[in-house]
This record gives sequence, C-alpha cells and structure tokens, in this order.
Amino acid sequence: MKISQLNVGMAVDPAVLDPGATAWMLAASALVLLMTPGLAFFYGGLVRMKSVLNIMMMSFGAMGVVAVVWALWGYGLAFGPDTMGGLVGDPLANPGLSGLTSTIGGKAPGLPDMVFIGFQATFAIITVALISGAVAERVRFGPWLLFAALWVTLVYAPIAHWVWGGGLFGATGIVGSQISALDFAGGTVVHMNAGIAGLMLAVVLGKRLGFMKDPNIRPHNLPFVMLGAGLLWFGWFGFNAGSELAADATAGLAWTNTLLATSAALLGWLLVERLRDGHATSLGAASGAVAGLVAVTPACGFVDPVGAIVIGAVAGAVCALAVGLKFRLGLDDSLDVVAVHFVGGLWGTLSLGFFAVPSAKTEGGLFYGGGLTQFWPQILTALIVTAWSAIMTTLIGYTIHKTMGMRVSEANERSGIDVTEHAETAYELLMVGGTFHPGEHHGKPAPAGAAAAAAEGGADKAAAVAEPDRSGARR
Amino acid sequence: MKLITAIIRPEKVELVRAALEGFGVSGMTVSQASGYGQQRGHVEVYRGTEYNSDLLPKARVEVLVNEEAMDGVMAAIEAGASTGRFGDGKIWTISVSDAVRVRTGERGRSAID
Repeated sequence: MKISQLNVGMAVDPAVLDPGATAWMLAASALVLLMTPGLAFFYGGLVRMKSVLNIMMMSFGAMGVVAVVWALWGYGLAFGPDTMGGLVGDPLANPGLSGLTSTIGGKAPGLPDMVFIGFQATFAIITVALISGAVAERVRFGPWLLFAALWVTLVYAPIAHWVWGGGLFGATGIVGSQISALDFAGGTVVHMNAGIAGLMLAVVLGKRLGFMKDPNIRPHNLPFVMLGAGLLWFGWFGFNAGSELAADATAGLAWTNTLLATSAALLGWLLVERLRDGHATSLGAASGAVAGLVAVTPACGFVDPVGAIVIGAVAGAVCALAVGLKFRLGLDDSLDVVAVHFVGGLWGTLSLGFFAVPSAKTEGGLFYGGGLTQFWPQILTALIVTAWSAIMTTLIGYTIHKTMGMRVSEANERSGIDVTEHAETAYELLMVGGTFHPGEHHGKPAPAGAAAAAAEGGADKAAAVAEPDRSGARR
Repeated sequence: MKLITAIIRPEKVELVRAALEGFGVSGMTVSQASGYGQQRGHVEVYRGTEYNSDLLPKARVEVLVNEEAMDGVMAAIEAGASTGRFGDGKIWTISVSDAVRVRTGERGRSAID
C-alpha cells in the first residue's frame, strides 16, 4: 500500500515538505522559464532579418531585469502581506527574500517558499517579454530594460497581488469579497495584461516606418516561429499544470486540457485560413497553437476536456480573425500581441462563465448549470485588470519616451536595429570582407596601421585556404 | 571567347549541369538571383495579409567558352532548363576580350580549354 493511501483522511501539516510536489514544481518552473527563450524564437522569426537579434534580446533582457527585480521587491509587492488596502503586498516584510530561504508551506502546502517564488518569477519574466512583440523593431534597448523594471513593479506585481496574492480579488479583498472570479494560471495577470500593455505601448511609440506600405515587413524565418511555438507549448505544460502547485489530479486535468485546447485552436486557426485565404499556413498553425495556449490558461483547471476543446477551437478562429484589426485600426502592434494574447486571454477568461465545471470554487458556468453567476465576475475582473494595465502602461511608457527617448532614430530604424543597438547582425549573407581589430572596440576608430595589417592578415588567410586545393591534401 | 549567361529555374540547375557535362563543358559558375519576366511574381499570405512578391527566386549560370562551342552550349542549357512554361528564363552571350587561368597564368583560348 502506498503511503499516500495511508494518509487518506489524515490531516497533513502544510509545513512538512512534500517531495513529489516539490520535484514537480522545480521541473515546472524550469519549463516556464524555457518559454521565454521560446518566445524569443517565436518573435524572432516574425520580424525582419535586420531586427531578429533585438527582438530576441528584448526577451533575454526581460529575463535579466525581471528576475532581479522580483527577488529585490517584486515578489514582496505581489505576494507579501496586504498593504495599501490590498492594492499591493508589502515588499519590506521579507526584503530581498530574507526569511524565506528555508521556509515551507507559506504559499502552498508542502512546497518550499523558494520554489514558489522561483515559479512565480518565471511568470513575471514571460509577461514582460510578451509585451515586446507589440513594439518590435523600434525600441531602444536601454529604455526597454527600464520599462521592464518599472512595468513589473507598477503593473504586473499589483495585478498578481489582486488575483493570486490575496489582494483586491482575494476572499477578503474589496472586489473578491463581493464576487469570485476564476483564473487558474494567469489569463488576466499574464495574457490580458501583456496584451493591453503591448497595445498601449505601441500607441505611445507610434508605427514602424513603412507600416502598411513596405511589403518587406513580414516574417523572415518561419522555422524559427515553429520552433518557438513548439518550445512555448512544451513550457506551457509547466505554466498551466504547475499552477496547481501540487502533483495531483487537477494538475493532470490542467495538463491534458492544455494539450486539447491547443490542438483544437491550431485546427480552428487553420480552418479560418483555409476558408478565408485558401491556404493553411505554418504561421497559422504556430499562431493558432499559441492562441489556444493563451485561452486555456485561465480555464485549464476549471473545465472538462470537451470544454477545453471548444475553448481552444473558438480561440483559434477568433484570434485568426482578430489579427486583421491592426490594419483596420492603423495600430502597429507589430507581432499581433493584442490579437493573440489580449483577445485570446479575454476569451479564455470569459469562457469560464460558460464552461466552468461546478466545484468548491464555483457553481459552474452557463452550460454546466451555474447560470450567469460566473459570467459577471469574469467580465468585471477583465475590465479592472485591463483598465489598470492600460493606464499605468501608458504612464510608464510615455514618461520614459518623453524623457529618455524610447524609440530608435529614423536613420537607425531604416538601417536596422540589430546593428545600431547591438553592433551585431544575425546572418552573414555576403562575404564582403572588411577589417577587424582584435582587442579594440568601444567605438574607437582604428589606428591607421591596423587596417593595413588586418588586410595583410586577410590575404594570408586566403592563401592558407587555397593551399589544400593546390596540393590536394586533406586536413 | 564568349560568356554565356543563363537565368533559369533554380530546380533546373542540376539538369543544366548534367547537359553541359554531356557536352564536354568542364566548369560553370552558379549564383542565386531573383527577378521576373512575363510571368511576374507570386502571392504569399501571412496571418491573413497578402504580400505580392514580384521577384521570384532564379539561378544564374555562367559559362565561359570558345566561340565554336557557343551554339552547342546554349542548346545544352536550353534543353536542360526548358519546361515550356512562363518563367523558364533567358540565355544570352557577350563577347569576352581575354581570360586568364589564375593558377597557371595561361591566357586566351588556352585559359578556357
């Protein structure tokens, strides 16, 4: 007989380590962290060849900044004890995570607090990285890092506190004591939040040069997009199933629903494309999968498998139709963050009003005997999160843009943000030669003799390459 | 001496190479090119938005030959590259005043033979 069977009916001390849950959550956290490099590939393939490194660096930059901010004050703001009437948590309760390094069960039974903190850090990281897709190809890297730090502090952490940290939407919060909205893994906190933030930042920064005119503004590497979507899907199992914070049946339900909704969304997007455009595209398959992942995120632990399939299929179709909105509205959300994350997240959040299965937390959605009782909380939560994110993101973005300047110069945008912001290019297309100066950089002009020496070195190298051809020797 | 340049379908490069080898031509230069002729370009669709691409991928084949081989080489390229449809490409020649084989320093006809 298993030990777990012996424990049935017995009270379990939440401060006693649960090795199974801990092992699963360590793995889940790593999976969620992998989503951000995956997103870098997804976004990287969608931009032009001259911008791929910059957009990938926006994701990697988020990994750097947000993790550090999270440890220093972000986690306290999101999950510390209520302060300011539940608006945020108290970052001074455990400054720099002090006092939490060896505690167990503070946030989930049997789970070390550091595991929970790390898991939540990966959520904050990818939420910031998601925003970058809306403003791709035109943001200066330094101001982006500052935006990441301010945004996770002033937008992400408060919303995470409301939804998950026991703040406004908690059982005793101002909103939560009146209504009970559901969000299993972050449809509001992560996806609607990032989606609307991306839209507002895109408005603040303006359109890319050539938007709606230049036919070359299109994806440069669809295999990157497919690779990124695959990595996102893989990591999302940690995101959704990990949000149960335990290795149990609900985690299994969330895992399977994540599979089903994503598969259905992929098909939904492809069906729209086939009917509307005549072709089912690889970009459509990748985009549909992401739309399904987004939509099932708030719902994955609260719906049954059939509900997940319907949620996914609708998400794929609706998001496929929503991508055209940016052209109609003239808003340059570069990589359709709004269409995929805001629309997908909104649909997923609202879908619980229809598809939630009755449980201890809900009477169920409209199709499961609960009437409209779950529907209104979902709408109200979505509205509050959207409003806060939109207003605060606009303030942060506008302040940085008007003080430091957040957008690259027109000349730099034309010549390519990779080379002007990072002094790198992604691909060597033409071996055009040039010179190089070992050990010298920092933008200093090379001494006069260096060019001649390098040219001489280049000639030597060419001779060395030619030599084996002449002799027929193999190395 | 003549430089024969052919703009052909990329998928026909191997057939053209085989045809040229059959004719006894021992060297050729192939490079990627893009362009359009009577057939114009094609349409691509990304997330529901159509992009018309005028420039199609092409291959440029260049062969340096002595004058008496010119007609035969052009016929070999034509035979290898033809499908009978729009987009098969063009072949043209220009006169070359001199050539040097870099390895040996030979000039003129002997640099090509």
